[in-house]
Amino acid sequence: MKLIVAVIKPFRLEEVKDALAAAGVEGMTVTEVKGFGRQKGHTEIYRGNEYTVDFLPKAKLEIAVPDELASAVVEAIASAARTGKIGDGKIFVLSLEDVVRIRTGERGEAAV
Amino acid sequence: MNTLRIKPFRSLFAACLALAATVSAFAQAAAPAAATPPPPPAPTLEQRIAGLEAYIGNGDPSAALKVGPKDKDGNLTIPAGLTTPSVGVAGPGHNAWMMTSAALVLFMTLPGLALFYGGLVRTKNVLSVMAQCLSLAGLVTILWWAFGYSLVFGKSFNSPFLGGSEFFFLKGVDSAPNTDYAFWVSQNVFAMYQMMFAIITPALIVGAIAERMKFSAMILFMTGWMFLVYFPLAHMVWGVNGFMNGVWNAGAAIKAIDFAGGTVVHMSSGWSALILCMLVGKRLGFGKTPMLPHSLVLCMVGTGMLWVGWYGFNAGSAAAADGVAANAFTTTTLATGVAASVWALLEYLTRKKASVLGLCSGAVSGLVVVTPACGFIDSTSAMWVGILAGAIPFFAVTKLKAMFGYDDALDTFGVHAVGGTLGALLAGVFATPAVNANLSTNLKDVVGKTLWIEQIKAIGITLVVASVATVIIALIVKAVVGLRPSVEAEQEGLDLSDHGEEGYIYESKS
Repeated sequence: MKLIVAVIKPFRLEEVKDALAAAGVEGMTVTEVKGFGRQKGHTEIYRGNEYTVDFLPKAKLEIAVPDELASAVVEAIASAARTGKIGDGKIFVLSLEDVVRIRTGERGEAAV
Repeated sequence: MNTLRIKPFRSLFAACLALAATVSAFAQAAAPAAATPPPPPAPTLEQRIAGLEAYIGNGDPSAALKVGPKDKDGNLTIPAGLTTPSVGVAGPGHNAWMMTSAALVLFMTLPGLALFYGGLVRTKNVLSVMAQCLSLAGLVTILWWAFGYSLVFGKSFNSPFLGGSEFFFLKGVDSAPNTDYAFWVSQNVFAMYQMMFAIITPALIVGAIAERMKFSAMILFMTGWMFLVYFPLAHMVWGVNGFMNGVWNAGAAIKAIDFAGGTVVHMSSGWSALILCMLVGKRLGFGKTPMLPHSLVLCMVGTGMLWVGWYGFNAGSAAAADGVAANAFTTTTLATGVAASVWALLEYLTRKKASVLGLCSGAVSGLVVVTPACGFIDSTSAMWVGILAGAIPFFAVTKLKAMFGYDDALDTFGVHAVGGTLGALLAGVFATPAVNANLSTNLKDVVGKTLWIEQIKAIGITLVVASVATVIIALIVKAVVGLRPSVEAEQEGLDLSDHGEEGYIYESKS
């Protein structure tokens, strides 16, 4: 099993969600986060005060999938989230040791 | 049919009158046979109509009654007992406008200024700004009732610098007009209207020391400030025997004009704000950590309310619903619209974006600059006032502040002191008797000539009084309770440390 963590531009979230559903993903967790990579921040000016805002809003998705689905999901996220401009985000793929479905007590791939 | 039906009521009415007459005849007969005083002289029809016409023109309803023997100054007097029904009462139209205006000026502070300032601070301090505006409304109301109104608009001290004690605790301030200030407005309405000015003035100072002055220190400072700065200055400029009241006081030492408070309200608060923000010191992390306005939405909503409320402030300062008020209403609108546009245009030219805060700042600064001039200038001059109001305070808040590095958190100095000073000067340059005949009474020798010099004198006095008094009061308050919260309290935010509340609580559904 793999845990796929993707940080993307917030306004691509709907497209990414639809692409994931098409790829067979049945659930995901989404968090509003802030951060920066190479894109860095932007400048805001309030009257004479100029501020550099380093942390930009991003959406973070966490998706647990069986091993065989992982590469298709990564591809789905990458193509749906891509704008070609700096700041499109990153996808991290981690090995997942175990999963528990709380309601039934199922474990492992059955619980994904 | 109708006439027939009414007839029985008419006869009943006649019977009542007859009964009343009989009763009063008995009562008179029962009284001891003292020498009956001569009946008061009856006004002629012409005198009664003149009284009513005075209402239309916002004039003196008793002017036509002055037919009696001359007094020691050679002026005709009113014969004892001669009066008309229009003397000593408020005129409904003028009174209605002044009650409306009083409410509009209060609306500028609550919630206009509270939202304008509240949106510009960080989330953790939004309530502290609102608490300061609201508490000043309470504090100044009490001070105004007890001493303030009398110290500004009384005259028993016979002084050009401070009013008198005759109206302490609003004694004798009732619904009859005080004809020193308005022939047709109830004195209690006039007192409440002027109180709203006294409320917003210290509230303006709050912007400079936002996010870092202890609540208790603020209350103590403002109490002292009202007595040492506002009450004396307001009497000097608006008191009937005031030192700088050029329009109404023939003996004024400085023949200056200030229609709605460029010196009294905006200069006094703005210059005090600069001094106080330097004495209090910069906010923790100023220049290092970002201090972004937490809601420009609130700020814009507040700006709209300020603009609307300002009609009470400026047009209401005619103290009547007359042509002077109408002119002030017009010039206020023109200058404000132009200033908002000019500020935004300058932003666009200097950094390619016109901001909401820029539009808001331009509007407020247009309102500030036109305030002392609005009732004295024509519509063309108002356009020039608007252009300068958009440009000069823009320079003050974007360049001057950075140059000197003081932490005037919400730009009270840049907008109100710079704008108020500019407006006071422009009033002297643009004032014309063509829109306000009162300028011909005591000022006909200076209007259009040397009035601007008188304005500079008034500006100098206001600046010195506000600055010196602020230093004295702030040092006293610093010694007594201290000016600033602890470092921890300031980091936590004044909402929690001073008031035990949070402005925004987002709870997830449980």
